[in-house]
Amino acid sequence: MKNKKNIIYAAIAIIIYLLIFALVETGTASRQLQNLIVPVLVNIMLAVSLNLIVGFLGELTLGHAGFMSVGAYAGCLFTISCDLPAVIELPIAFIIGGLTAAVFGFIIGIPALRLKGDYLAIVTLGFGEIIRSILNSMDIVGGSGGLKGIEKSGNYTVAYVLTIITLIVISNVIRSCHGRSIKAIRDNVIAAESVGVNVVYYKMFAFVLSAFFAGVAGVLYGQNLGIIKPATFDFNKSIEILVMVVLGGMGNIKGSIIAAIILTLLPELLRDLADYRMLFYALALIVMMLFSSNPTLVEFRQRLFAKKEGGK
Amino acid sequence: MDFIQQFINGLSLGSIYALIALGYTMVYGIAKMLNFAHGDVIMVGAYVLSLAAVKAGLSPVMSIIFPVVICMLSCTVLGVTIEKIAYRPLRNASPLAVLITAIGVSYFLQSVALLIFGSNQRKVESVIPEFSLSLGEIHLSGEAITTLGVTVLIMICLALFINFTRVGKAMRAVSEDKGAAQLMGVNVNTTISLTFAIGSFLAAIASILFVSSYGFVGPYSGAMPGIKAFVAAVLGGIGSIPGAMLGGIILGIIESMSKAYISTELADAIVFSVLIIVLLVKPTGILGRKRITKV
Repeated sequence: MKNKKNIIYAAIAIIIYLLIFALVETGTASRQLQNLIVPVLVNIMLAVSLNLIVGFLGELTLGHAGFMSVGAYAGCLFTISCDLPAVIELPIAFIIGGLTAAVFGFIIGIPALRLKGDYLAIVTLGFGEIIRSILNSMDIVGGSGGLKGIEKSGNYTVAYVLTIITLIVISNVIRSCHGRSIKAIRDNVIAAESVGVNVVYYKMFAFVLSAFFAGVAGVLYGQNLGIIKPATFDFNKSIEILVMVVLGGMGNIKGSIIAAIILTLLPELLRDLADYRMLFYALALIVMMLFSSNPTLVEFRQRLFAKKEGGK
Repeated sequence: MDFIQQFINGLSLGSIYALIALGYTMVYGIAKMLNFAHGDVIMVGAYVLSLAAVKAGLSPVMSIIFPVVICMLSCTVLGVTIEKIAYRPLRNASPLAVLITAIGVSYFLQSVALLIFGSNQRKVESVIPEFSLSLGEIHLSGEAITTLGVTVLIMICLALFINFTRVGKAMRAVSEDKGAAQLMGVNVNTTISLTFAIGSFLAAIASILFVSSYGFVGPYSGAMPGIKAFVAAVLGGIGSIPGAMLGGIILGIIESMSKAYISTELADAIVFSVLIIVLLVKPTGILGRKRITKV
């Protein structure tokens, strides 16, 4: 039964890849849409990795863009300074970016052990801002002008493979013993501790793993765009990722994927509306939250769907 | 002497943060939510002030009072309206849903400002009359004196209001236990609306003082003071009113000291590092109450 499911997932992954491949290579997809494929995949990686902390561990963090930026700078600096063939260079760059971010994930995980809720949120927000202002003042990495001249080797195939790896690793971790312990901590720390779950270890584990993939996503982002600026990785970027996780449903990986796709495409599809773009985005955010969380509206929605099913 | 000068600058910057932080902390204490749109209320207030100051052809005294009153009124109304439309329907929803809604409101206000006024910074006439005081080598600008004076006055009034009036008592009751307060006959909805009104009123005052010192406003100029004030509120212990005052002032002094003696670019990093260190030592902020988890 389980094998069958895995085969179906693998088939879906391959079909989607072939679809993207066909759309790009035959030129059916517009230039604008082609340029969006990698950002969508980057956002999926970010949303799924953040979901591990917010959705499964149940801790609110607002500094995911910080991990992304650390990874991006580390990985891209490596590709700039090294002159290896892309086949060897890229995987090393991704691993370096991921590991650097993971180290920072470990560092930020330390206060996470002591702090709760909104206090942790503000500490992680502060952490993101610290990284941003340090990068801004470091002339070696280009300061506020950004790191330029990165080889643009992060095409959609690389991005797709990385996204699939991220999804496989994170969804398997969640189904494993580690994942169940993480969920137990979310549901009740004291109960989890009393049945022998090592809270310190699993919290750290979630932070480090999530930061690792955020770092990899950061490298991919840099390799695709060719330039990285500290200003890109500000507080608003972290919020953007958090919005994807919350809209997709906390602790739901498929939801994160769908929300990441919609929320990356939405501003671009609304581009014709020019200045009204952000206005619609903001309104969509408020309305979606009201519809998903207001008791009266939720009841209304459920009645609406119940009627439809009854009519059948 | 330079040190004292910087100290006074920090004090006046810190009192603006403290005023904004009060809005955060009061709303958090009562509604248990982070009102991310609070910083943008300040931005709206600044725009209103700039419009009202231009349109008024009144006597000198009235030309100060008129824009100030208009600014306070519109911010208060805005705060209450936001609460009614966006936050009240989510009163019992998960904190994260409310947080995202607040972020949505924040984006909404920013994009409306962007649509109306464009992305350029708009100059705002200072409503504070020009005067200055020199004590030896220390130079006090009119803005700094007014900011300090107004903040001290407001903090005293607020402390009296919270501690000695019936409404203040109701607010404290709701923040302690919503359900029990309701059973005792406190109208929770009105109390929460009132809290938002007071918070936004303080934001209006902060915005008047803020633009009077800086002179410009843009669609995003509320974001950074908002975040700093949020940091101040957490530093002092979120939910605690004296904590917000203390946190704001500490933050302002650290920021202006590090700008003066260390590095302008790293000032923000230093501010946030101090926050992280304080929270590592005292996880609920300087004056925050410890909550004991019972099984």
